[in-house]
Amino acid sequence: MKYESQRVAMPYFIFALVLFAGQILFGLILGLQYVVGDFLFPEIPFNVARMVHTNLLIVWLLFGFMGATYYMVPEEAQTELHSPLLAWILFWVFAVAGTLTILGYLFVDYATLADVTMNKLLPTMGREFLEQPTITKIGIALVVVGFLYNIMMTALKGRKTVVNIVLITGLIGLAVLWMFSFYNPGNLTLDKYFWWFVVHLWVEGVWELIMGAILAYVLIKVTGVDREVIEKWLYVIIAMALITGIIGTGHHFFWIGPPEYWLWLGSVFSALEPLPFFMMVLFAFNMINRRRRNHPNKAAMLWAMGTAVMAFLGAGVWGFLHTLAPVNYYTHGSQITAAHGHMAFYGAYVMIVLTIISYAMPIMRGRPYGNSNTAQVVEMWGFWLMTISMVFITLFLTGAGILQIWLQRIPESGDALSFMATQDNIALFYWMRLIAGCFFMAGLVVYFGSFFIKGQASPAEEVRGPATQEA
Amino acid sequence: MAERFTKSMARNIYLGGSAFFVLLFLALTFDTQVRAMPERDNRDQLTDQVVRGKHVWENNNCVGCHSLMGEGAYFAPELANVFDRRGAGDSEIFKAYMNAWMNAMPTNVPGRRQMPQFNLTDQEIEDLATFLEWTSKIDDNGWPPNIEG
Repeated sequence: MKYESQRVAMPYFIFALVLFAGQILFGLILGLQYVVGDFLFPEIPFNVARMVHTNLLIVWLLFGFMGATYYMVPEEAQTELHSPLLAWILFWVFAVAGTLTILGYLFVDYATLADVTMNKLLPTMGREFLEQPTITKIGIALVVVGFLYNIMMTALKGRKTVVNIVLITGLIGLAVLWMFSFYNPGNLTLDKYFWWFVVHLWVEGVWELIMGAILAYVLIKVTGVDREVIEKWLYVIIAMALITGIIGTGHHFFWIGPPEYWLWLGSVFSALEPLPFFMMVLFAFNMINRRRRNHPNKAAMLWAMGTAVMAFLGAGVWGFLHTLAPVNYYTHGSQITAAHGHMAFYGAYVMIVLTIISYAMPIMRGRPYGNSNTAQVVEMWGFWLMTISMVFITLFLTGAGILQIWLQRIPESGDALSFMATQDNIALFYWMRLIAGCFFMAGLVVYFGSFFIKGQASPAEEVRGPATQEA
Repeated sequence: MAERFTKSMARNIYLGGSAFFVLLFLALTFDTQVRAMPERDNRDQLTDQVVRGKHVWENNNCVGCHSLMGEGAYFAPELANVFDRRGAGDSEIFKAYMNAWMNAMPTNVPGRRQMPQFNLTDQEIEDLATFLEWTSKIDDNGWPPNIEG
């Protein structure tokens, strides 16, 4: 860590991980409700638990992205952060607002929450992933604007690297697209069309810029490969992401009202969406093969390789599986969608945040070469337990989805099973998914455990190449 | 990558490519929303009651369990075609069905998935039914494949 103000990333990372634990806990509740329908009813109905699960994910990833940015931008720009105080204030504002919103979901009936937060003045609630009260949405917008101000003031006064430019472009895109969350017309088809401007253009658009920038930064640090080479890769990857992903939004427009030409446009362009993720795999493995140093933080390197591979599998392969319109006609809104959602979010965004945490946390804790070998081994156990569990969660949901389609969607009306009868028939797969989810939670506990192991790696473990700190 | 392919070439592909596709996407959005959608979303039937029904749908977070046109949660049945499935395509039958259904919740059958009691007024239930009926008539390229959704 070269600049003292980078340390403000620490509370962001810690709070992100706390929310991550909450997200997984509610994931287990949901998994159990899928098979024991009245579990925790009526105290925590499914819709409330799901809202908590997905909103915690979104909020903790935002905390992770912000922490990553506060850590990376000063070092890349070679200057102190414009205002560490502002970063701390925004941390508390966001943490308190986020916590209050989650508590509101849990302890206040949703219709009452809509009422007391005066949703009718500007109705934005009750849409998937955008369930936050309007006042929370405004709060998120203000926090992001303050954050961007702080970051841009820092970046503009220092060295302008490609990593910084790409990262900040992604963050500005995130902020601009968030504005569409305030647009909720009475016409459902319009509402749905522009809802995707937030949801799709975030996760299959600007978030890929953020992910690419973080991956590039970590690879520069741990491999010592020339920045010029890494930056060239980064440009090609984000070019592919936007060239395929923007028109690829069309794969969401198949069955919600827009005209038929989207069947073609959405199919063709989204079929190409795996390309940037495949390039990330080539990128990560190539840079690590060509490394000019053996960085002692091997756990961070494992996360960097893992995120590239799992993002390709989850977003790329599982996305392609159901993205062609004739296939999607049967899979749309089935457990196949859930399978894809789980592995894509874990592989691309959970793992990239855990990658930067794995790299940066030891440094902020005064361990410039990484955690002790024991801590790294425990962290790697956490990596494998969580990652393999997620593979099985995805496979079981995929199995459930295929059977659901076979029983409920393929037969003609009259012969097809009803939704609920189908759910009963595929319960075994939901039980298996729940077991895999429990292993994921075990992996998370092991991962957390690695933070409490003392000691640090020594520079002697670096076999060749220039000193780590000169990266 | 070969040296002939330089970083500035990569950057230009990124800038040119994304600018082009952003513009193309905006043009397609314009065509979809201005030319195509009025023909497809039966907006001439979009009454105040439909909009009130949409707010009932939103204020009770229905999408947290159900899907609507395939989007939402997958815990409970698809509702974009529930007008056809449970109402046999008849407004009065569907309203009566909705009223009976909403008031019968929760079933409290042990171990079964439970739908909460939302304590909606008769007017709110009717608004919701009208919203779901309007939704069922959007031209959605023939989805879902059958009546079960």
